[in-house]
Amino acid sequence: MSHSPTLADLKTVGDSATILEVNGEDGIAVRLMEMGLTDGEEISVIGFAPLGDPIEFAIRGYRISLRSSEAQRVRVAPNPRS
Amino acid sequence: MPSSTSVPVADPPRVLTVALIGNPNTGKSTLFNALTGGKARVGNFPGVTVEKKLGKFQEDGQPVLLVDLPGTYSLAARSADEMVSVEVLLGRQADIGRPDAVVCILDASNLERNLYLFSQIRDLGLPVLLVLNMWDLAEQAGIKIDLPALRERLGTEIVTTSAHRREGVEAVRAAILKTAKQAVVAPIRLFPPAFYEEVQQLGSWLEGEGIKDSPEFLRERALLDVHGEAEHRGALRLGEKFQTVLGEARTRLAAAGCKVPLVETKVRYDWIRRQLQDVVHRSQSVQQETTSDRIDRWLTHWFTGLLFFAVLMFVIFQAIYTWAEPLMTFVEAVQGQISGLVQEVVPPGTLQSLLVDGIIAGVGSVLVFLPQIVLLFTFISIMEDCGYMARAAFLMDKLMTKVGLSGKSFLPLMSSFACAIPGVMATRVIENRRDRMVTILVAPLMSCSARLPVYVLMVAAFIPKTNWTGGVIELQGLVLFFMQSLGALIAIPVAWILKKTYFKGETPPFVMELPAYKWPSLRMVFDRIYDRAKAFVVRAGSLIFVVSVLIWAAGYFPEDHTGQHQLQGKIAQIESSLPEGTTSSELDELQEQERAISAALIRQSYLGQMGQAVEPVFRLLGWDWRIGVGAIASFPAREVIIATMGTIFSLGGDVEAKDAQLQSTLQAATWPDGTPLFTIPVALSIMVFFALCAQCAATLLVIRRETNSWWWPVFTFTYMTTFAYLGALLTYQIGTAIMNG
Repeated sequence: MSHSPTLADLKTVGDSATILEVNGEDGIAVRLMEMGLTDGEEISVIGFAPLGDPIEFAIRGYRISLRSSEAQRVRVAPNPRS
Repeated sequence: MPSSTSVPVADPPRVLTVALIGNPNTGKSTLFNALTGGKARVGNFPGVTVEKKLGKFQEDGQPVLLVDLPGTYSLAARSADEMVSVEVLLGRQADIGRPDAVVCILDASNLERNLYLFSQIRDLGLPVLLVLNMWDLAEQAGIKIDLPALRERLGTEIVTTSAHRREGVEAVRAAILKTAKQAVVAPIRLFPPAFYEEVQQLGSWLEGEGIKDSPEFLRERALLDVHGEAEHRGALRLGEKFQTVLGEARTRLAAAGCKVPLVETKVRYDWIRRQLQDVVHRSQSVQQETTSDRIDRWLTHWFTGLLFFAVLMFVIFQAIYTWAEPLMTFVEAVQGQISGLVQEVVPPGTLQSLLVDGIIAGVGSVLVFLPQIVLLFTFISIMEDCGYMARAAFLMDKLMTKVGLSGKSFLPLMSSFACAIPGVMATRVIENRRDRMVTILVAPLMSCSARLPVYVLMVAAFIPKTNWTGGVIELQGLVLFFMQSLGALIAIPVAWILKKTYFKGETPPFVMELPAYKWPSLRMVFDRIYDRAKAFVVRAGSLIFVVSVLIWAAGYFPEDHTGQHQLQGKIAQIESSLPEGTTSSELDELQEQERAISAALIRQSYLGQMGQAVEPVFRLLGWDWRIGVGAIASFPAREVIIATMGTIFSLGGDVEAKDAQLQSTLQAATWPDGTPLFTIPVALSIMVFFALCAQCAATLLVIRRETNSWWWPVFTFTYMTTFAYLGALLTYQIGTAIMNG
């Protein structure tokens, strides 16, 4: 188990990160990649649903909602807060 | 295999087949309607739940058949449903020819992600027309696209439209013609050579196995989609060795630096980035907060967001529950008017009864649902078109995952509390087939408005007016509330069990696009409402009508109705001779006789005979044959129970749930031995039965339509009726034990 940060570790609105990779090759992983979550992409947090899950992100100029279980599949390098 | 070449034809031109495809939320159906003038033939593709929508138009004397494919982000099919688009595009769908061209519609504000699907379509070797839709919104957002440069780079014709305003639609028609007559374009080879070598090798291997005609596109998909539908189908045909061959090929590819499935998205998005470089200019950075984001701050906020959602749901619920009421009453009034007219023109007899009680009542029972369907779809269309629908699913997702569903199931289920028909139709927003099926199957358990009259009648007549805490908690209200919630309570374990058994599988991703908010387009909203209303009336309606006429016949035949008709004739005569609104003792007497005769007739009808034959089954629920007949006659539409009870208990069919006379008649009804028929346990068992039973032909037929299978309405009917019977049985037996205990 790697303990490197994932998208689910971005806890504050406005946090951003660079995607390193999407773990796995099942339907969820493929869908995430098809939606443009590929390595090297910038992604940032727009907001959280009432119980903190799902989460709204901005990527490639559009907005996407991911459950935190799905966000955990995406390994990222968090960008320093500006 | 190239289809048409550019040889000019002198004969009447052959119909061109054109497929329309695009991401969800790109305005695809609006464009489809704009191109075809809204006239579409709608059906299902065989064996799947995917809707097949065909439309026609003529351009320059050239007929074009337009095939609307489901909105999708990718052609990497993971299920039979998703495979339909690929099969149509490859010309492998039996009743549709290979398309002469593909129209790929994109959201102009979001080219980067939208072009992913385009890059896959390019691999098909078909001429493609790109339509950049919502061009006006992109311009407003300050997005500038250098069209000539993009055309050059992508090597394809591009048209810009704002389909919701019908702008650019003419240009699309002309461009379709031009594109379809183009020579076929060679696919762009985006992947490293090693990949295409493997595709080639797989082709040779398949040939060795006797499959000579495997399309290159499917071989590519089989290699790229791990556990995908292409792999699955190959394995069905060739067995495990196909998967072994694929596995070996994938290992070699990984060694050569193209690891599947990673390689596809990487290669395609890199290509897209290169194509868009210096072609798309944005006035603000893509990460910057937009107006839409600021609205989201409020609408997805844990307090303001939930409050807004709750208020909105309350309004929608009120609308389909209360506002639809006058419209439904109006439909019923018109039905009454027409019946009255027929009764004046046609003398009492079998023909009159068939027209009034069979046909007009049958048509009425279809049309009476229209107000609710139209109202619900007005809200749904507005919510979808302005972008709020995705937020509603976003807010409710966590809650719905508790029963194994997703946020997208919330609205269809909530709507079903008013009426399951629009609720089941609303499940189309759920992309995942298993989630959608489970939602459809539990939707009829929600307590719809047609169940209310039964509860009102039973509660008012048989539940004592007890209250506690100074009138705040009232027994009658409590029972009513319990009955209204019962179905939903049962739905929780049913949904859970269905998800654990027949519909088990990997949790579908809730990877959902949250489109930018925009003002809804009236035309778009209207189109959608019209679509749904028509689908209901035309395709469910005809069958509901047949069922209604059949039940009428069962309640009418085989007895001789001559005596009754003579009486009815006399009554009509006297009524017309008396001044409006007055009565005479003779008239009262005759009406009394008529009601007694119709009660006797229904007892002797096939329906009555059936009720008496199966009375032992109902005995266990504490019912006599009369209640049984009422329940059986209510299978086409539960709300007829009141009228049937009225007829059977000799009050005539013209009664209402709140009718004091009906209530007192039921209170006075006895078993042959003189003991009261209706006790509290009997009343409760009737209510529980109606709460759980699938007594609605319209819902079952809509399920048949939406699932494209007879098996699912049969399943729904069976499980609900079983639950209803067992529930009523337990209620009566336990209730009686307590009363006697």
